[in-house]
Order: sequence, then structure tokens, then C-alpha cells
Amino acid sequence: MTAAFTVSRATRASRIGGAVAAVLVLWLSTFPWWADPGWMREFEEMSCYLIFALMWNLLAGYGGMVSIGQQAFVGLGGYALLVLGNHLHVNPFLAVPLAMVATLALAVPVSFIAFRLQGGYFAIGTWVIAEVFRISIANISTVGGGSGTSLTALRGISRSTREAATFWLCLAGATAAVAAVYGFLRSREGLALLALRDSETAAESQGVDVTRTKRAVYLIAAAGAGLAGALYFLGNLRISPDAAFTVNWSAFAIFIVVVGGVGTLEGTLVGVALFYLLNKLFSDYGTWYLVGLGLLAVVVTLKFPAGLWGFVSRRFDLHFFPVHRRLIPPERDRACAT
Amino acid sequence: MGAILALDGVSKSYGALRVIDGLSLAVEEGETLGILGPNGAGKTTLFNLVSGDVRADAGQIRFGGHEISHEPPHRRCRLGIGRAYQVPQPFGAMTVFENLIVAASFGSQKREKETYDSAVQVLGETGLLSKANRLAGTLTLLDRKRLELARALATGPRLLLLDEIAGGLTEHEAMELVEEIRRIQRTGVTMLWIEHVVHALLAAAGRLLVLDAGRKIAEGAPVAVMGDPLVQRVYMGLAA
Repeated sequence: MTAAFTVSRATRASRIGGAVAAVLVLWLSTFPWWADPGWMREFEEMSCYLIFALMWNLLAGYGGMVSIGQQAFVGLGGYALLVLGNHLHVNPFLAVPLAMVATLALAVPVSFIAFRLQGGYFAIGTWVIAEVFRISIANISTVGGGSGTSLTALRGISRSTREAATFWLCLAGATAAVAAVYGFLRSREGLALLALRDSETAAESQGVDVTRTKRAVYLIAAAGAGLAGALYFLGNLRISPDAAFTVNWSAFAIFIVVVGGVGTLEGTLVGVALFYLLNKLFSDYGTWYLVGLGLLAVVVTLKFPAGLWGFVSRRFDLHFFPVHRRLIPPERDRACAT
Repeated sequence: MGAILALDGVSKSYGALRVIDGLSLAVEEGETLGILGPNGAGKTTLFNLVSGDVRADAGQIRFGGHEISHEPPHRRCRLGIGRAYQVPQPFGAMTVFENLIVAASFGSQKREKETYDSAVQVLGETGLLSKANRLAGTLTLLDRKRLELARALATGPRLLLLDEIAGGLTEHEAMELVEEIRRIQRTGVTMLWIEHVVHALLAAAGRLLVLDAGRKIAEGAPVAVMGDPLVQRVYMGLAA
């Protein structure tokens, strides 16, 4: 019993995946020098959906808090950017992380209201909260009222600088969101989150402060949604309450997460890629496109309840973002050493 | 030695139903108190009150000298109350090892890496080491019961609440469990053990408590309690 047990947290796929991801991010970061601005816009938009969906997955897929009102924080992030840039004359690019912090601060009191509700009531309650924000902001004329306003803070910044900075911010935001969610899930707090998803009673009786953990997750998800909103409207140059607080944000996030694979990081990435393709190929069909998305979600949930990635992952035991800890006995250590 | 757990006039009602009715109880440090009683006597509710899953309507609960009636369950766990549920509640999507890490890390407030050695030790003691990397949701009932006990142990408890952990086990498995309980006894951990498998309970308990309709109807040495005519009538259904 001299040799100790060791704990492994990586898989072969995760080592390859990490290297591929690093190369991919580096390659993407060169886009502003050579890529078509149209591609960059598409990437920016999808990175906002990615950040938002990652956060929704953390909240609902891992934390079991099914919210359909996370667009509240997208809108707040967008409007925080507007106020910081247009009214307080903060550099609009610097205003993006500040808008995220402002959203986080607003989410603290909101969490106390939302957490009074559970299950289905929580889902609807969060949507109501988002509507309250939409209607309230529509009645504030200094931020454009119901018809919205433009992000004038970007005037005087050259088009190429603006496009490059927006792109890099989106890339940095998406990378940071993936890293943050992954880091959280692998941490001790992530362990508590996975535990309480399976049994809140048991988690609580094993010393996990369930309410505190859930609130932390809710606040992280709100900050992430705020970041997505700030980035989205930075690229969009224009914001209105109807666009900022639309329930479509939550609907698309649910589509992305459920079709990709709820409760996995890879699933969200797969879901966003699929959503991008469908959007590019079929969005001209308007309402029929949305009907198609809904039908696809229904078919996938019936045929692949764990989502497309969940199916692949189980079939091939593939995990690019492993969160588990594997206990490795000393015997195998010796076998590996020789 | 003073009582590690003391209940004073504790009551709990659900609507008009009094589940625990003015119960007072003192448990000495290091003892194993067996709890018997017919279904609906309030045994599991008693555990819920001690672990904090349910708050008492009246009365005081003191643990290790602290008044804990108003503490939430996670804080009671950190103070040293470990609980194994009657219906196992594994963290099904996590491995057996990770189940123990949660308990060890949060129950005794350690950094994750500091818990690995003790988690491995508990896995060894409870016979779960070979299943360390299995998802807890895939375990058999016996292993789920073992995990329930292992997880409670991993929190580093001073008081263990064991709720029918021998139910559904074969004779051989039950005796293995008794051996495990005796081993835990030697480490000085105090235990409250609710059990219908009476011979397993009698093999380990130093003292018995019999509940009926939320009240204490007998308490004391096992032989005397089991010979009590009231216990025989209420619990064993013998005519007296």
C-alpha cells in the first residue's frame, strides 16, 4: 500500500480537443485581416447565441433551473452598453465587460424574486420578469422608448477598427464563456451543482449549501447573458426593447441545447453549429423556417433524447470536455510506467 | 459523559396529524441507539428533524452543545451529523468516487484534493473500491445502500443517522453490514439506527428506543425493552 491512488481528469479526446480548440481560436483571431466582413458578422451573431446557450445550458441543463426569461439579461446587457456608451461616454468596447458587470449587479435582486418560485412557476415567472423589464425600458424615453435607438457612441471610430474590435470581442467572449462554464463544472462548486441536479435533499444533507450554489449559477448565467446582449447590440449598432427582450433568445437557446445535447458542453457547440447552418440555408422561408425548427426539435427529442451529441458521445464514449474524475488504482500506474 | 444529541419536547405536525409528540431524548457520545416502532410511528420524521430536512414546530434540538433547531441541513452536516436515507438517494449521474468527494469536500469543508485519500479509504471499508468509477445510477440496490452509508461516513460525522440500511438485504449481507457498523462503533462515532431487521439491530445496538404515534413508549437495555409487554403488543402485535 505504498503507491497511492491517483485521480485523472482528462481523456485522450480532451487532450486532442484542447489542442484543436487552441488552433481554431488562433485561426479565427486572424479573420479581421483577411476574411469577408459578412462572415465576421455571422460569426459574431453566432458567438452571441453560443454564449447565451452555454449559460442557459448551465442554468437549466446542469442546474435544473429551467428559465424562459434569460432574455431579461440580454436586454439589460444591451441597454447597459447603450447607457455606458451613449450617455456616460465610456469607450464602447470597454463598455462591453462593464455592461456584463452591470447585468450581474441587477441580477442579484432579481434572483431573490425568481428564487421564490420553483419548477414551472420559475419558468413562467422569469419570463414575466423579462417582460417587466421590456415594458419598463420601453417607457424610458432617454434610451429611445418603445422604438429604440442607435449606438451613437461608435461614431468617430473607423469602420475597419470597429469591425475588427467587435469581432475580437465576440471571439474573446465566446472563448471565455466556454472556458468559464467548463472551469466551473470541473471545480468543487461544479461538483455541488451536478450533485444537486440529481438530488437536492441528498446534496443538502452532504453539506452542500444548495441555495447558495443555485444562486451562484443563476448569477453566472445572468452575467453571461448580459455579455451576449452587449456584444450582440455592439455588432447590431441599434437596440429596441422588442429585439432586446424577445423570448426568441430563450426559444433559440432551448433549441440549440436540446437538439445538441442538454447537460453537455459539446452539445451546445454542436447545437450552435446546426442552428447556424439551418439559419443560413432556410431563414428566408420566414415562418415556415420556425415551424421547421420546431419540428426538428420534436423529432430529435423523440429519436435522440440525449440530443445529437449525447447520442454520438454515448455511442463512441467520446468526451472532449470531460468533467468526471477517474480513480486510477496504483497497479495500473505501475503498468503504465513500465 | 454528556449527551451529544438532546431533544427537548420536540413536536412536529402535518396538518392535524401529530407525527412527533413532545419527544425528549438524550443520546450519549459513542453509543448506538436502535430505534424501533410500527410504520407511521414517526421514526423517519425524527431523523428529518435531527438532520434538518424538516423543522420542528416546537421544542429544542441540541447537538454537541449547540442549539441546532434553526440550522439548515447543510450546516448540521458540517457540524457532524451524517445521514443515510431509507430510500437511497445517490447522485446518479456522478461516479461512486465523485459521490464521496461531494460528501467529503462539502461535509467536512476541505479542498477537493485533500479529500481523495479519505474517500479512497471509505470506499475500501465499504467494499465499493472496485466500483469507484461506475456511475452511481447504475448500481444495484445493495451497492446503493452501501454508497448511502459510505457517503454519510465520508462527511466525517460525529453522529450517524442510519435509516433502514439493512432492509432488503440477504442474511449474509445483513451480517456483513453489522460487522461494518461494529467497525464504525470502534471509531467512536455515535449512531441512531432505525431498523426493522431486529436481529441485525440487536447485534449492534447498546440501547433501544421504541416509538409509537410520535411518542416514546419504551427506552433502555435491549433485553428489557424487547421483553416489555407494551412493546410486544404495539410493535410485534402479540396479545398482551
